Amino acid sequence: MQQQRTLFDKIWDAHIVRSSEGYPDALYIDRHFIHEVTSPQAFDGLRKRGISVFNPSRTTATADHNVPTKDQHLPIKEALSRHQVETLRKNCPEFGIELYDLGHPYQGIVHIIGPELGLTLPGMTIVCGDSHTSTHGAFGNIAFGIGTSEVEQVLATQCVLQYRPKTMLIEINGTLGNGVVAKDIILYIISKLSSSGATGYFVEYAGESIRNLSMEARMTICNMSIEMGARGGLIAPDETTFSYIKGRRFAPQGESFDRLVEQWRHLKSDEGAQYDEVLTFEASDIGPMITYGTNPGMGIKVTDRIPALADLKSSSEQTSLSKSLAYMGLEPGTSLLGKAVDYVFIGSCTNARIEDLRLVASMVKGKKKAANVEVWVVPGSKQVENQAREEGLDIIFEQAGFQLRQPGCSACLGMNEDKIPAGKYCISTSNRNFEGRQGPKSRTFLASPLSAAAAAITGKVTDVRELAGAALTSNN
Amino acid sequence: MSKEKFITLVSTAVPMPIENIDTDQIIPARFLKATTREGFGENLFRDWRYNSDETPRNEFVLNDPTYSGKILVAGKNFGCGSSREHAAWSLYDHGFSVVISSFFADIFKNNALNNALLPIQVSDEFLKKIFAAIEKNPKTRLTVDLSQQNVVLEDGSSETFDINAYKKTCLLNGYDDIDYLLSLKDEIKHFELAH
Ligand code: SF4
Repeated sequence: MQQQRTLFDKIWDAHIVRSSEGYPDALYIDRHFIHEVTSPQAFDGLRKRGISVFNPSRTTATADHNVPTKDQHLPIKEALSRHQVETLRKNCPEFGIELYDLGHPYQGIVHIIGPELGLTLPGMTIVCGDSHTSTHGAFGNIAFGIGTSEVEQVLATQCVLQYRPKTMLIEINGTLGNGVVAKDIILYIISKLSSSGATGYFVEYAGESIRNLSMEARMTICNMSIEMGARGGLIAPDETTFSYIKGRRFAPQGESFDRLVEQWRHLKSDEGAQYDEVLTFEASDIGPMITYGTNPGMGIKVTDRIPALADLKSSSEQTSLSKSLAYMGLEPGTSLLGKAVDYVFIGSCTNARIEDLRLVASMVKGKKKAANVEVWVVPGSKQVENQAREEGLDIIFEQAGFQLRQPGCSACLGMNEDKIPAGKYCISTSNRNFEGRQGPKSRTFLASPLSAAAAAITGKVTDVRELAGAALTSNN
Repeated sequence: MSKEKFITLVSTAVPMPIENIDTDQIIPARFLKATTREGFGENLFRDWRYNSDETPRNEFVLNDPTYSGKILVAGKNFGCGSSREHAAWSLYDHGFSVVISSFFADIFKNNALNNALLPIQVSDEFLKKIFAAIEKNPKTRLTVDLSQQNVVLEDGSSETFDINAYKKTCLLNGYDDIDYLLSLKDEIKHFELAH
């Protein structure tokens, strides 16, 4: 008798090459993405062993982490960044791997280009030497980040050794309020679970609020699964998924697409399938969110106050809070509303897709940024950039005084020149607010594209609902 | 590729009683630009170790000659955040072969195990005990016995730790996952054809 299984278990089981007692499972990987930062040592490993790539057609490369977001046609100025990108340029042809290099129409942040090119499909196993590989799970697949030793495993054998994680179901019921978007949902969940609350788990997101989201919004949610410690997050595919994939560059076309859709329709957890943990949240409890601390779990509704020391139970939590707030230059028990910001960063694999840019544009159209802020809009890929220009969003941004840059990871991690200066505040649509993440001693407030756009206009932390009134509805 | 074999380690330890130490602190992104595995130790905890003018911050534990050793003892949720294996490389390159904490982030744990850096998860109580022992005597020595799977303090108190049997064999013998996967190559080819 077949047991009821979760979607996660079905996909995992279908990819086991070898499962032996006491050993991790050898899991076959359908799709592998690489970038310049976490791949060079893996290629070196292959060379040292004298072996080739097992199946080069299943790996796709792009340059994203180090790349400048201005003048991409010129050689990269910073020597080490240039060397890393050049190393990728040398390794890919040597091992027969397709590279979307700077200047290529498909170049972009690795987790943005996979889905937009139709390389990311339901039911797959997907890995990349990058923790936000969880993004791809929005299509109903198992996607997770790996280390460089594991990148080498995949290149050498198209497999990784993995222990089966536990499963967690997170349900969000009901309808979202005005001004509340996908980023707020995930920041809210992480604030409830903490930055380690899902460690050891793979999360499935479900419920009415998730079903109503667009594919891009679902990617925002899955993207940040890692920020609560989860290996990854996935959402069962549905009509929204299929219509997003249809016609994309590398997606199966015509009849073979229709046949696949029939198979994909079965990709869901069985009725009564058991999860190791089940959590339920109400959409109506979620408001526009913002982080105040130095890990993504330190988030509040923008209308709430930063916790006071007395609100925390353990002395170690109090120490963490004091340390974070000292770094951030903030006081416990205070409100962030009205706090002046210096930079606004709209970008990263969390929120740099076309819908995010449209959302920002809808908010700022006809308005101007505040004089005290610098605003960077960094599209997630060349395709997103081109689309934005086609739709005239570039003009809206220009009139608002925003800088529309070229695609890359940019100030999400500050590996290129795009760094937030020491002590400055940045409201950012990215996924990490760690100390120094956006540049040494930079201070990050994570928020949605809407909240970031609002702050760009007012120059301070703002409740987006106050600024835009009731006009805010979207399925993003 | 064979790695160094891990047998038993007796060493003083470096205390870092901070929770949620993320991999961006262990090795900030701007130092991820090397294309080899060596030399990351220099930039381990870079922004905690040095002031912006590159002078060492004396109050940071790695700059304090009172503390030394091959064991790092850290607060819970060590290694959260980015999947960069460079975090494990920089700890190893700096000279650590064991990290003890009451909780580890998943990817960091895997990365450490793949690089002969042993992550040991102990109870909150035992972690407190270790911090107290180091505070009392910075030269106190911890014994980590991988085959017995335990950590022993100088006062004789000890705690056993879990490690997966496969990973333990790899560490004890100095071999790695790719050796194992390469031995499955025919099976993988069959799988790929049928899949
Ligand atoms: S945008 Fe940020 S989080 Fe995403 S892949 Fe790039 S560096 Fe990582």
